[in-house]
Amino acid sequence: MSSPHVTLRGVTKRFPASAGGGGVHALGPVDLEIRKGEFFAVVGPSGCGKSTLLELIAGLTPASEGSVEFEGQPIDQEIPDGVGVVFQEDACFPWLSVSDNVAFGLRKSAFSAQDRERRVSDAIAMMGLSDFRRSYPAQLSGGMRQRVCIARTLVAEPRLILLDEPFGALDQQTRLLMGDEVLRLWRETGSTVFLITHALDEAAMLADRIGVMSARPGVIIEVVETHWPRDRDSRIVENEHFGAVTSRLWKTLRDESMKTMGRTAISP
Amino acid sequence: MNRIRLYQFGVVAGFVALLEVLCLAGVIDKITMPPPHRIAIDFYKLMMSGKLYPEISKSMANVLAAFVLAYVVGILTGTVLHAHKGVRDTLDPLFATYYAIPIFAFYPLFIVMFGLGDGPQLLIGFLLGVVAVIVTTLNGLDRVPMVLRKTARIGRLSPFETAMRVTLPFCAPYLLTAAKLALAYAFIGVIGSEFIMARSGMGYEIGYAYTNFDNATMYPLILLILLLSIVMNSALSHWEKLLLARRGRI
Repeated sequence: MSSPHVTLRGVTKRFPASAGGGGVHALGPVDLEIRKGEFFAVVGPSGCGKSTLLELIAGLTPASEGSVEFEGQPIDQEIPDGVGVVFQEDACFPWLSVSDNVAFGLRKSAFSAQDRERRVSDAIAMMGLSDFRRSYPAQLSGGMRQRVCIARTLVAEPRLILLDEPFGALDQQTRLLMGDEVLRLWRETGSTVFLITHALDEAAMLADRIGVMSARPGVIIEVVETHWPRDRDSRIVENEHFGAVTSRLWKTLRDESMKTMGRTAISP
Repeated sequence: MNRIRLYQFGVVAGFVALLEVLCLAGVIDKITMPPPHRIAIDFYKLMMSGKLYPEISKSMANVLAAFVLAYVVGILTGTVLHAHKGVRDTLDPLFATYYAIPIFAFYPLFIVMFGLGDGPQLLIGFLLGVVAVIVTTLNGLDRVPMVLRKTARIGRLSPFETAMRVTLPFCAPYLLTAAKLALAYAFIGVIGSEFIMARSGMGYEIGYAYTNFDNATMYPLILLILLLSIVMNSALSHWEKLLLARRGRI
């Protein structure tokens, strides 16, 4: 768990001026190395460029300056092989059954029909959706639909999983349980996981390291190591060290969040 | 049969019954319109005789051709325009004012260009429907959530694959609405043009029967057009409902 899997060097993102507004310096410069097999989370104030950072790593948007590398290969608007993304929004295809939604993640790959069927069944079973494989997304709850999206990402066995606030629309209990699922999958697949979240407790519970971003233009101002064992679950919130991790995150983030709200930092 | 269906059937049955009473009571004279039961008998006889089958087949073939042409060209054009904003913005004023243009006014020009055959009728049916399909396709494509487009990109789909596997399937309910519009316009365009200058077809036969006070042919043919149009549109509406139900939208 030491070689860099993803490397960002001086990555900056500027959006050009649009009608009625000037250009926006959204992000950077960001320098970051994400290690192979680690669970890395990013927290930051609203609008600091967290999702832009994820899209840069996914190859969904090009960097204005700097470079992003995945497994030593530069990413520049070309979606790299071996990367899966789970978005916050419901990304299920409403016209496809659960089974077909999951299989969608495999179509570009060269698998035999039998192998494809087995992989789809395994991914559905892994997410506890075997009884719903013929159901349509409209028949499922929000949490179940998000599990379908995770299964669709996992079925292709990505080496890097990008999670963009995947539990943002779920209630607290479901979030904790989904967190357990993600930790289990991370352990079982050995993939590197990059999580964007606005929830400090979620980042503290799930990640090995947590990058804290500043207000816009977002830069990484601190990286916090949690030192959790790899074999962990949501019960880690009972650990006495958990409070210390979230407190440290909040201490760093508080002033940045206030900047976002247009308020001056209050001295401790 | 649910309550709404019962009401719908009741409205139609009530209207037919009212016409029957008005015709039998002489409020509507027999030369203007025979009573509905008479129309039904004439319809049965006309269908059994088979004498107008060639006219019916010809009209329906043209309606179908105009529909398919307007639908396919409309969807392809809508998809291409959606990907080229500049071209779309340029053509937008044309789409916005298109239905203010009386296409039938160009019928003589089309006859000069294509002769008195099926060409002008087919062209009018196509021209009436194609813009409705383009606009409805654009409307549907505008509503495809960005997250589905991103998912397609993550799956490394080509633009063609994205259209075929993501954006157009998402738009299926809109495409069915477009189909209903294209079908309605194909009927209006083809049957309407047959009325004006054609020498054959259902529209021509209705016009000919009208000139010769032949109610036994005119009303059954009108009834046939009504039935065909209603059956085809109902089938598309049923399909649309199934799609929407699967998506939890009804």
